[in-house]
Amino acid sequence: MMEDKRKTYSYVLPKREEYEQKLAARHRIGEIASRFFFAANAFALLVLFLLALNVSNSAFGLVVYTYAVEPDSLSDRPLYELSEPELVNLLVEKVPNRLRVVMRDTLSQVENRLFTTAPLREVLRGRTFDPEIADLTVNDLTPEQIALLLSDNLSQTELAAVIERQIIQPNVTRSWQLFDSLLNREQIERDVAERFPNGDLAWRSWISWDFVVSSVSSNPTFAGLRTALLGTFWVLLVTVITALPIGVGAAIYLEEYANDSWINRTIQTNIRNLAGVPSIIYGMLGLAVFVRVFEEFTSGRFLGITDTNGRTVMSAGLTLALVILPVIIVNAQEALKAVPSSLREASYGMGATKWQTVSRVVMPNAIGGIMTGLILSMSRAIGETAPLIVVGASTFIGIDPNGIFSKFTVVPIQIYQWTGRPELEFKNAAAGAILVLLITLLLMNSIAIYIRQRASVRL
Amino acid sequence: MAEFTLPKDTSLNKRSRPVDDLIRYVLFVCASISILTTAGIIFVLGNEALNFFRSHGFIQAGNSLIQAIEPDETVIRHTTSGQTYTVGDMISFAEREGTEILLITDVPERGVLIVERGYEGTTPSFHGNGSNLFKVKNVTLVEFFTGQRWQPQIAAFGFLPLLVSTVIISVIGLLVAVPIGLGAAIYMSEYASERARSILKPTLEILAGIPTVVLGYFALTFMTPLLRAIFGVDVVQVYNMASAGIVVGFMLIPLVATVSEDALRAVPRSLREASFALGATRFETSVRVLVPSALSGILAAIILAMSRAFGETMIVAVAAGAGPMYPIDFNPFKAAETITGHIARISTGDLSYASMDYNSLFSLGLVLFVVTLALNLLSNYISARFREVYQ
Repeated sequence: MMEDKRKTYSYVLPKREEYEQKLAARHRIGEIASRFFFAANAFALLVLFLLALNVSNSAFGLVVYTYAVEPDSLSDRPLYELSEPELVNLLVEKVPNRLRVVMRDTLSQVENRLFTTAPLREVLRGRTFDPEIADLTVNDLTPEQIALLLSDNLSQTELAAVIERQIIQPNVTRSWQLFDSLLNREQIERDVAERFPNGDLAWRSWISWDFVVSSVSSNPTFAGLRTALLGTFWVLLVTVITALPIGVGAAIYLEEYANDSWINRTIQTNIRNLAGVPSIIYGMLGLAVFVRVFEEFTSGRFLGITDTNGRTVMSAGLTLALVILPVIIVNAQEALKAVPSSLREASYGMGATKWQTVSRVVMPNAIGGIMTGLILSMSRAIGETAPLIVVGASTFIGIDPNGIFSKFTVVPIQIYQWTGRPELEFKNAAAGAILVLLITLLLMNSIAIYIRQRASVRL
Repeated sequence: MAEFTLPKDTSLNKRSRPVDDLIRYVLFVCASISILTTAGIIFVLGNEALNFFRSHGFIQAGNSLIQAIEPDETVIRHTTSGQTYTVGDMISFAEREGTEILLITDVPERGVLIVERGYEGTTPSFHGNGSNLFKVKNVTLVEFFTGQRWQPQIAAFGFLPLLVSTVIISVIGLLVAVPIGLGAAIYMSEYASERARSILKPTLEILAGIPTVVLGYFALTFMTPLLRAIFGVDVVQVYNMASAGIVVGFMLIPLVATVSEDALRAVPRSLREASFALGATRFETSVRVLVPSALSGILAAIILAMSRAFGETMIVAVAAGAGPMYPIDFNPFKAAETITGHIARISTGDLSYASMDYNSLFSLGLVLFVVTLALNLLSNYISARFREVYQ
């Protein structure tokens, strides 16, 4: 007879009391654990919340303005209530020797170094001026004549702004954070009265329209984001123009054309691995290849542009294109996979060729998914900092980038630099820039979600 | 009734379609750009790193020639201040690659050196009276991997300090991200209702989409003051590894959570039901049945997170400190630069291509690339190889 090899287990049921105690203990552990799991999830929410608080805390708050010229000493009424002639008079009376600087910064149409030597017809091209002075230079003008030019060409608000910036020169000497400002208002007021007797305490939002449209400045009071925003725009333009066709093309090849050969499998594996390469490595690739080897091309020298090296918008855009290429390809592949094969077969059945099927049947149905992927990868590109630092974004540029061969800086790099400055006011400006960046990203993601939902309804 | 007559010369054989073929080739080229990128990365990093290991470090010796030497002279007289020399040392009179290198063959007395001119293939040249001497040393792999100090400007090429801080920050990041990410994954896949999940999941996506430079700002202006308030301002430096590491952990939470959740959800329903049927609580089911079943996916997520932490740049560049640690110190409350942070800081602004800094960056980049690639491949391997297959 075969021996029964099955093991036998003996199991004595626990006593009821013991059992219930154990059960209660098990449930208690389960309860505690479920709280922990929930807390773990809520933690992500908490981090986001703290981040938002932390940024807002720096982006708004009380500041003390001090002035180069006391506003009260100029006029007994607020500047913006004065009439145009009154403002011009103010300029002539109080600061006759600064008028030329004001004119240079507001009216001049020529480069700064030519401003004092070029004839006025060129300096003031397109402005309103007396033809008699057309051949003179700025140095020949009396303060009254300059004042006349200013009042002819600038509106009342513009004049007031000029006076504020050029003459009064308000300067944030100290800033407080939002919570501090709200909770310790009295103490701050006492401090200010003691330490800055001439200063004005006021609320300031570091994110404002002025902040968005002003150019960079070494003075945090006037520092703005325009240069960086334009840089981001141009870089992104180059990135999208190069990465979108290549990425979609690669996805179409892999999904629609590629058979299961080793080379196609290699490409697929390779794309997955590229997605995991730290972005700073792409920066080094960009530095060695786009900035150095292709300098002739990326600096625009082949078009006769001579004032740049390879550290341009072009190099940055191409580098970012490499960074987001895997993201675009993978998303586009998902979108193509989602198109039911019955559509393709129907198209072949009608006698369509492969390309006709892809371009007229598959693509129109996958376009929603591809666009979603594009926007998601763009929002990644907007926040990307490290590769652009390596490629050589400029640390400080005063001129707006105006094309693909310009030097550039981008918003995240501006944030990085402001954060690294020792002055507290630059941290405020960085917080303002972060808000601009986050709002942009939020908008883009909302658009992506909208497109995704619309596309999914249609299919 | 519709009638259709085939044209006379209709052939049902495959017709050649040059346009379609061309399109196919163009699409293939698009796809192969990814291969080109990888090849480019490997070539560029490898090539420049090779240049680095072939180059020399120059150390200011603090003494100078007291008499000019012609290209064929082999006796050098120098001021006796600064460094002393022994036989076998190499010297030069300029701090750049390509300058003449001289090998010391004898030191008859202090201040006098007998040298071999034009060493290592360099060309002997005239050196005027008063030229400063530099000690020359080769960059070696041994020093790179064992040296305790990284400072290319003074010819210290040991990258351990950078590696140690990178590892410390990654470990802190993982200590934060793994329990929280895994907990979140279990909650989302086992506890949360569909409705709760539809709120929690986008939250994680938003966190994943925050640019890392913003997280760096958060680390510097929130986490660091918090740590300083808890542990004392004397203990915690303004720039420190702990705050950068914790925030790196925040960045990793979405990654760990989503990848682990996918793995947990892939475990078939039957296992859960079997476990419940045996009387296990939800917690026991999660921890004793589901987590072991999804272990390969969870491990893959953790390794992927490790790779991400290793390559993370902006958080550490903003919050961890500007300058490699020296001497090596494992205290996480001290400032230290990581591999990526160092690359970012050195390459800010216009970096000269001829400098030691430029060359050394690529050797660091190569290490970074190799480590992250190895971790990614390992992660793929684990998730593919040890996946439990269920019918």
